[in-house]
Amino acid sequence: MSQYKILLLIVGAFALAACSSSNTIPDPDPSESTVDPSANTGPMDGDGLGSGEAVDFEGELPMIIYFDFDSSNVRPGDTDVVSRHAFQLANDGGMRVRLEGHADERGSREYNIGLGERRAQAVRRLLLIQGATAAQISTVSFGEERPQADGSNERAYELNRRVEIKYTN
Amino acid sequence: MHVRKIGWGLFAVLCFASSANAQVVIDIISGEVRRTPVAVVPFGWEGQPAELPLDVAEVISADLYRSGRFDPKPEEDMLQKPTSGADVDFDDWTILGIEAVVVGSVVQTGDNAYTVQFQLFDPYRQTQLVGYRMPASKGTMRRAAHRAADMIYEKLTGIKGVFSTQVAYVSAEKQGDRSLYQLVIADYDGENENVIMESTDPIMSPAWSPDSRRLAYVSFEGSKSSVFVQQLRTGSRIRASSEPGINGAPSFSPDGRKLVLTLGGIDGNLDIYTLDLTSHEKKRLTTHRSIDTEGSWSPDGRHIYFTSDRAGGPQIYRVSANGGTPERVTFEGSYNARPRLSPDGDTLALLHNDRGNFRIGIMDLERKDLLILSTGRQDESPSFAPNSDILIYATRASGNGVLETVSADGLIRQRRSSGQADVREPVWSPFPRY
Repeated sequence: MSQYKILLLIVGAFALAACSSSNTIPDPDPSESTVDPSANTGPMDGDGLGSGEAVDFEGELPMIIYFDFDSSNVRPGDTDVVSRHAFQLANDGGMRVRLEGHADERGSREYNIGLGERRAQAVRRLLLIQGATAAQISTVSFGEERPQADGSNERAYELNRRVEIKYTN
Repeated sequence: MHVRKIGWGLFAVLCFASSANAQVVIDIISGEVRRTPVAVVPFGWEGQPAELPLDVAEVISADLYRSGRFDPKPEEDMLQKPTSGADVDFDDWTILGIEAVVVGSVVQTGDNAYTVQFQLFDPYRQTQLVGYRMPASKGTMRRAAHRAADMIYEKLTGIKGVFSTQVAYVSAEKQGDRSLYQLVIADYDGENENVIMESTDPIMSPAWSPDSRRLAYVSFEGSKSSVFVQQLRTGSRIRASSEPGINGAPSFSPDGRKLVLTLGGIDGNLDIYTLDLTSHEKKRLTTHRSIDTEGSWSPDGRHIYFTSDRAGGPQIYRVSANGGTPERVTFEGSYNARPRLSPDGDTLALLHNDRGNFRIGIMDLERKDLLILSTGRQDESPSFAPNSDILIYATRASGNGVLETVSADGLIRQRRSSGQADVREPVWSPFPRY
């Protein structure tokens, strides 16, 4: 039971992290941005923990793509998310994005760098075929070195097999 | 440079794997190895002040105990405490069943100059097995004691001692929502810990140069992977490789002039390359679109062993150091990675998925049989001691990475606790050069 609560906390903290400023799309023109407090959602917002300023862009656009075990295929449910990122990049050639690939902790560290890179490249290819240019995208793989969730259990592994989409300008 | 103490507290506690004691630091996993009873008599001292600058006998005793092959008798059991060979009464030792006796002394010869001398006797044959004298300062006396232990160990077992060697490893400590990564070098026994590099971005894959003077490693400073080579004495470093995409998994050639490393390029196809550290010339050894990584040179310099998932799951392959067609080396099981050759060239250490548990295995390259040496669920990063007789690797305990050593026959396994830090990727140094 307590494990379930910890899990909720992890998921909550995670969702919150997804709302933090570093994970949110910077608006191309800050002077015209509309900050909608209600868009700064997350399960723990009601506790007053959502101190970050989330900038709304066509609703909440997820900045993290998750992957199945031993897979670098973008799940069908996430292809739309990637398409929306591609749309943004295609519409503003000045935008730059860094795709950070990650793996869960199992197995060898350098091989996991390879698995994280494979995931980042899968997202990169989807962005490229939908109009983003190679010059806009860089990839980096952190392998298992930067877990989103601690712990040696399936839930943590699921949260750690991911690509984080980070706008760098 | 910031120096931090972790202390691999090695307690003189012996117990079995089934023990309920959570603080077990040394355990013997199977078939009790007979420990040879020995005695290291407290060393004599001639100099000022009245106390020895370092209890040399204690350091030697601890080394011999830690090897798992010796049982040094406590001082209070000794019937005599001679400090030179002339005063050894062999019957006083055979009556206790002691099979080897070490006596010695430290003599001050100058302001910060000493002579450490010791003799090793077989009391049953009533003969001296080895006697040696070496200069030391306060700063090098511990090293001199380890060197004495190396000589004693080699004389008694026929295997070179590794008590004078060092281990490099990476430690990570949570600091709020970030981690502080440190690249650490410590003596074999955990003493003299030195942080040689630290960063809030990950540090990975340390590798010793054959002369022990340099470490290659991967650093993600600036959210980009680069391979660095750092001089240990001066702390100066060069960015050896910083191509677009992945720069990873460095390992030195036996002559120290080249690195093997992994480059991914902008399209993320990880392949094995060699890099000449003088001419900066890179040579691509593999071209497969699968993940090829974790290259490691054979001690004779002829082959590079690496991990590839070209057949589905990761397996070990080898390719000529000049390039060519890779040949597959491992076939047992669905996951074999992180190859490291023993310094004698006979054995391959690897990471093997043993029914869902990631464990350290060694494969005899001639007989091709795989022996699983570790017992954890998330073990990783095996590295041979320079005598090819012991391996060090990382395992997990209470959510943290800790280091373990295991003898190549699997009989003696020890855990080194490390406080709160998450410790990983231990790599054993070559033998020191005197």
